[in-house]
Amino acid sequence: MKAITLEKQTSSGLNNKPQRWKVFKNQKYLYLMSIPFVIWVFVFQYLPLWGWTMAFQNYKPGKGFFEQKWVGLEHFQMLFRDDQFYLVLRNTMAMSIMGLVAGFVFPVLFAILLNEVRVQAMKRFVQTVSYLPHFVSWVVAAGIVTKMLSTDGGAVNAVLMSLNLIDEPIQFMSQGHLFWGIVTAADVWKETGWNAIIYLAAISGIGPELYEAARVDGASRLKQIWHITLPGIRSTIIVLLIMSIGHLVGIGFEKQFLLGNHMVKDYSEVLDLYALNYGLSMGRYSFGTAINIFNSLISLILLFVANGMFKKFANESIM
Amino acid sequence: MNTADSVSTYRTKRSRAASRSAQDWIFDIVVYLLIGIITIITLYPFLNVLAISFNDSVDTVRGGVTIYPRKFTLENYKQIFSYSTLLTGFKISVYRTLAGTVAGLVSGSMVAYTLARTDFQGRKFVSTFLAITMYVSGGLIPGFILIKNLELINTFAVYILPGLVSAFNIFVIRSFIDGLPFALQESAKIDGANDFAIYWRIILPLCKPALATVALFLAVGQWNSWFDTYLFNGSNDALTTLQYELMKVLQSTTTNANNMRGGNMTELMAQVSPDSVKMAITIVATVPILVVYPFLQKYFVKGMTLGAVKS
Repeated sequence: MKAITLEKQTSSGLNNKPQRWKVFKNQKYLYLMSIPFVIWVFVFQYLPLWGWTMAFQNYKPGKGFFEQKWVGLEHFQMLFRDDQFYLVLRNTMAMSIMGLVAGFVFPVLFAILLNEVRVQAMKRFVQTVSYLPHFVSWVVAAGIVTKMLSTDGGAVNAVLMSLNLIDEPIQFMSQGHLFWGIVTAADVWKETGWNAIIYLAAISGIGPELYEAARVDGASRLKQIWHITLPGIRSTIIVLLIMSIGHLVGIGFEKQFLLGNHMVKDYSEVLDLYALNYGLSMGRYSFGTAINIFNSLISLILLFVANGMFKKFANESIM
Repeated sequence: MNTADSVSTYRTKRSRAASRSAQDWIFDIVVYLLIGIITIITLYPFLNVLAISFNDSVDTVRGGVTIYPRKFTLENYKQIFSYSTLLTGFKISVYRTLAGTVAGLVSGSMVAYTLARTDFQGRKFVSTFLAITMYVSGGLIPGFILIKNLELINTFAVYILPGLVSAFNIFVIRSFIDGLPFALQESAKIDGANDFAIYWRIILPLCKPALATVALFLAVGQWNSWFDTYLFNGSNDALTTLQYELMKVLQSTTTNANNMRGGNMTELMAQVSPDSVKMAITIVATVPILVVYPFLQKYFVKGMTLGAVKS
């Protein structure tokens, strides 16, 4: 009986004030279970957004909001006059775009390859192995990458030497122009298997009769991939691509922080590291916040540009 | 099965085998070759690290250790467990992983349950409020100032509180609850159970697969994080985590290795901790996760696809 009355209350006019109050009382446990966490989210996720006002002040810790000195766009002007800023911006854009392209090309290729493996036990084994790097921290991953690329006994140099591709070991970690590639490759090594999960699921959702029909028509395996598998996961690819562009805000700096060193600084510093080094470490909070805001703006622009492009050329979008 | 059937299957099998062109063979060989190379590239570094961690550290300097130790020893592990900071780090990492996972599971499942209730009045507001956080963030400095103002610096709580509520995890659990039959909740309600009792006694036990997925995400995130330690507790030896200690060891040697060029080799060599010890710490920081994840694999594969489709 109680359930039936509940149904009635929700379906009938919610605009009715006393009704609404009644429902509220009825659902007090639901409110108790969610409102504390909404407040939580407000404090830890939304209040930092309020902190963006710092970029327009000469923020001094310990002073109240209204006691701060407002300086308008001064910190942004300072930012745009800094030569270092353009270098950092270049690095951020370069590594974001490289990571974005590699981060969806390789998982798609890997998923397609894995799908072609007919021996189930092998497929499972390879898949389990491929997740492994995703679960280790970037600290561990960076240590491993450094070890593999080292000049004394690093596996990469050893393989290149034995194939006679190089005469002497390359000092990978101390050459600036190699840094972007190293970061991207490390990311591919760490995340390809994990990111392939969704594509594999999408592929397994494609009807087997499509492949059957293609086989009858005499399509080779490559042609089947091109005409059935790829179109079958096309929308998944696009949605994930746009989503990952949306997440560029948090592209992070862990990799750059852990893999970088002072010899490759001109190629390794990204906006967040710049904010950390020039904002936080020196106590220039307002300047650092201006960098953070700029970082978010870049991501937002990239998101809209990408979405617009997909709308135009692929007729699909998430917005 | 009658004879006619088996003859026809035999024929199709034969004709298929015959139609397996040279092209198909080449295709298969290429696929297996590529998959093999990818597997080796993924796995080799781990085996190499493992082998070095069990290898005599003086012997390791000679180089050439691949996937099995040349001079087996447990000395490296004995040595790292005699550092008190590493031991404390290990303990703090275990504590934060346990506390963070439990707290995250409770908060995530509670909110997810309310969002799965289609009759919940505040549903739309709460879910929009959460979804926004997946795309917008204040950034490093405002976040740091907030933690500072809340006086969370140099506390253990800074590991647990800021990340307690995660929109992504909530949506993963929610989409799982959505898949459960609503009739279960209705009949419980008729029996007089309140909403909290339904959550606790009916939904939670049924949610185990989703909770296992989210627990893995949370635990891995907690165990692996080092940047919050660096930012907030880096100078407090009693609160540093294992990953942070590992970071310090690895970072210090890279810079030392850089300085080594042209510098006084022998003097610097004394400071540089040998490779074997570094690799032993790496293994200690990695093994707990590697032990758990294969068992939870079937859950998180499902959870990942569900979460992605919904969000």
